[in-house]
Amino acid sequence: MRTIKFLLQKEFKQIFRNKGLLPVLFIAPLIQLIILPLAADYEVKNISLAVVDHDHSSYSRKLVSKVGSSGYFKLAGYNESFSNMFGLLESDKADLVLEIPSGFEKTLVKEQKQKLFIAVNAINGVKAGLGGAYLSGIIRDYNSEIRAQWIHPAKFNPAPVIEVTSTNWYNPFMNYKLFMVPGILAVLITMVGGYMCALNIVKEKELGTIEQINVTPIKKAHFIIGKLLPFWIIGIFIFTVGLFGIGRLVYGIVPAGSMFLLYSFLSIYLVALLGFGLLISTFSETQQQAMSVAFFFVMIFMLMSGLFTPIDSMPGWAKTMANCNPVTYFIEVMRMIVMKGSGFVNIWFHFVVVILFAIGLNGWAMLNYRKTS
Amino acid sequence: MKTPVIKANKLTKRFGDFFAVNEISFEVYPGEIFGFLGANGAGKTTAMRMLCGLSIPTGGEAQVAGYNVFTDTEKIKKNIGYMSQKFSLYEDLTVLENINFFGGIYGLTDKQIKEKSEKLIAQLGMGSEAKKLVGSLPLGWKQKLAFSVSILHDPKIVFLDEPTGGVDPITRRQFWDLIYDAADNGISVFVTTHYMDEAEYCNRISMMVDGKIMALDSPANLKKQFSVASMDEVFFELARGAKRKAD
Repeated sequence: MRTIKFLLQKEFKQIFRNKGLLPVLFIAPLIQLIILPLAADYEVKNISLAVVDHDHSSYSRKLVSKVGSSGYFKLAGYNESFSNMFGLLESDKADLVLEIPSGFEKTLVKEQKQKLFIAVNAINGVKAGLGGAYLSGIIRDYNSEIRAQWIHPAKFNPAPVIEVTSTNWYNPFMNYKLFMVPGILAVLITMVGGYMCALNIVKEKELGTIEQINVTPIKKAHFIIGKLLPFWIIGIFIFTVGLFGIGRLVYGIVPAGSMFLLYSFLSIYLVALLGFGLLISTFSETQQQAMSVAFFFVMIFMLMSGLFTPIDSMPGWAKTMANCNPVTYFIEVMRMIVMKGSGFVNIWFHFVVVILFAIGLNGWAMLNYRKTS
Repeated sequence: MKTPVIKANKLTKRFGDFFAVNEISFEVYPGEIFGFLGANGAGKTTAMRMLCGLSIPTGGEAQVAGYNVFTDTEKIKKNIGYMSQKFSLYEDLTVLENINFFGGIYGLTDKQIKEKSEKLIAQLGMGSEAKKLVGSLPLGWKQKLAFSVSILHDPKIVFLDEPTGGVDPITRRQFWDLIYDAADNGISVFVTTHYMDEAEYCNRISMMVDGKIMALDSPANLKKQFSVASMDEVFFELARGAKRKAD
């Protein structure tokens, strides 16, 4: 125990004296937590729409103004030449072209039937899909408005219609930030913890001080605890500031579930993560190596964790990888506890997995860390 | 004769078919300053690492402070001090913090640490530097400090791997005064060096060539044996036959 006390004193002094590292450790993750959720927005807005109007009737103008007032679209061009408007699409100034045929109003009134044409720039699949769907929805709306105008309700002989009403549970206003912030916080903790822990130990290798440690009677386990514990404490500290400082004050997120449960999970997760950092350090001789290896894994961890894209829609092999990724479980638990208020019954499996990760990664790292060659 | 603190018998370290250290045998006695000489790449550092418990030998046997280098490496570590070629105190800790840390992990009590650090700082004349970061000290001071820290826990033996590399002659002289002090207090000193004037300060010297000990005696006897006037010439006589390229 006394040895650990001396090790901790040393580590904390060194960490707090490292003026270059401190901001990276404490400030950078919090700034990222403020900035990143704004960028990780799933809602598609400001879609540029070019309208080709061959009709110039009051109906066509009404349709265009309805589209414009929906808030999702901004008008990039309004013209009667399709090739002009298609040019906008080609030069990336428009995402969608809506073509209103000539005689739109006449045919609609006379034959009660009309066709519209939408051309979508599908380079960005999400934007194209959502833009097309929004526009179709608005046109459908417009259509039923016209029907209501023309057909007298009394005379209206309704066809059977199924109407769907949905309720949004757990996130009633579909605020994407509520979804993203806990996930991004989980990734930031992973990055800071993994990198810093790996770099710290490799730095001692580079400087040669680890050799001095290796000729002392210090026990392997003590040395490792002395190295991991500071980052474990720092990890919990950053998480707390992120969740209650930034999450609460900036985004107004109030966790719905038990804090005890969340912090229990975090504690075990951090042990697993720091074991991962330790493992990298045992394989690396220089900070550069450790950094590159850690970067490789952190990228995969981040993109294959279900942070941005749902795991369920990944192909089978990718799903398997995501399931072998500790970050996946942390993000799920974060979202479940913070948004749904899930209890232990719902996340016991996540606990089991993360405990296995903690034992596996640390065990491997311990075996691999040698005082004697 | 007193019981030796280091006893090596045909100690060998093999990497594949390369014998870094090839069947070396010698003894080091309490309070003795034992010079371990040899050209670069002769196997000195490997031999020293085996005796410190940092590297497990592949053959032969050796005891350090009464413990077996194969099985009792952790017990050996309690009884030795070590100072490597690379400066190995923490540059981002102060002089006192370094003393405190190393004292602590060798299991000294707070009281012992306090007494030792006061004595050490007085001995090195570092009173005004005690609270400065080690990184800001000149190299000579760092080396003297590193040596003093390596014998903080009163080990039976201290291993010094080229301790005075890059240090000016005056500081080297002061460094050797510290070594004599330690030896007078009964600590055996096992030292590698490339400075032949330093070799003269040793009680006995071994010369390693290509992983083997080719000569082992007091400096005076070695000069007599090779009929030369200086240790420089002894070194040339022996190292000339080396087949290994210096690295």
